[in-house]
Amino acid sequence: MTELNLTQICAAATNDKNLGRGREVKRFWAKAGMLMMGAVMVPGCINIAAPEEPIVIQLDINIRAEVLYRLAEDASNTIDENADIF
Amino acid sequence: MTNIRTTLLAAAAGLVAITSFAAPAQAQRDPAYAAARANGSIGEQTDGYIGIVGTATAALQDMVNDINIRRRAVYTQRSQQAQNRSTIEEYALTAGCQAILRTVPGEKYQAPDGSWQTRTTAEPQRLAICP
Repeated sequence: MTELNLTQICAAATNDKNLGRGREVKRFWAKAGMLMMGAVMVPGCINIAAPEEPIVIQLDINIRAEVLYRLAEDASNTIDENADIF
Repeated sequence: MTNIRTTLLAAAAGLVAITSFAAPAQAQRDPAYAAARANGSIGEQTDGYIGIVGTATAALQDMVNDINIRRRAVYTQRSQQAQNRSTIEEYALTAGCQAILRTVPGEKYQAPDGSWQTRTTAEPQRLAICP
């Protein structure tokens, strides 16, 4: 099983970033495990769809929007102070 | 005593000179730039810079380049300030959101799909992440 392999790589991480990712992966596999159990209970249901990509994109948008909100007031002042080029 | 007074006077004169020199920095738009905005040959892009709406002429392109270079200089400086700490692109995008909001009816602006729109009295179409 390749899943075991991935979990091992994440567990070996030492920096915060990778540890955080490891936690996410653990959570993901916990969910996947639950899904698998569900799949076993429902005969005939074999497909397990785990779309990770859309979640990542969503987070990216949230972070960028936050940055824009933080900059909004300063950007507004910038436009006022440089009226000749705006 | 007269020496001190002279120094003070000189300082005051200097201040006046500095103020009058600093004033043009907040000057109004160049007439050519204002005219191009008004007649819709240029418009506000979503990325915080201006763009040519129709066919580009050499003079128009020069003016747009000049404005955009100066804008980028301002974005660069402001995005690096401690309280802002962002990339130039992020800062430019934020300014673009505001610049589009500040367009007046008749002026052109770029919608999120990339098309040029004429500003009406209604709220402009802006990127979903605009503050």
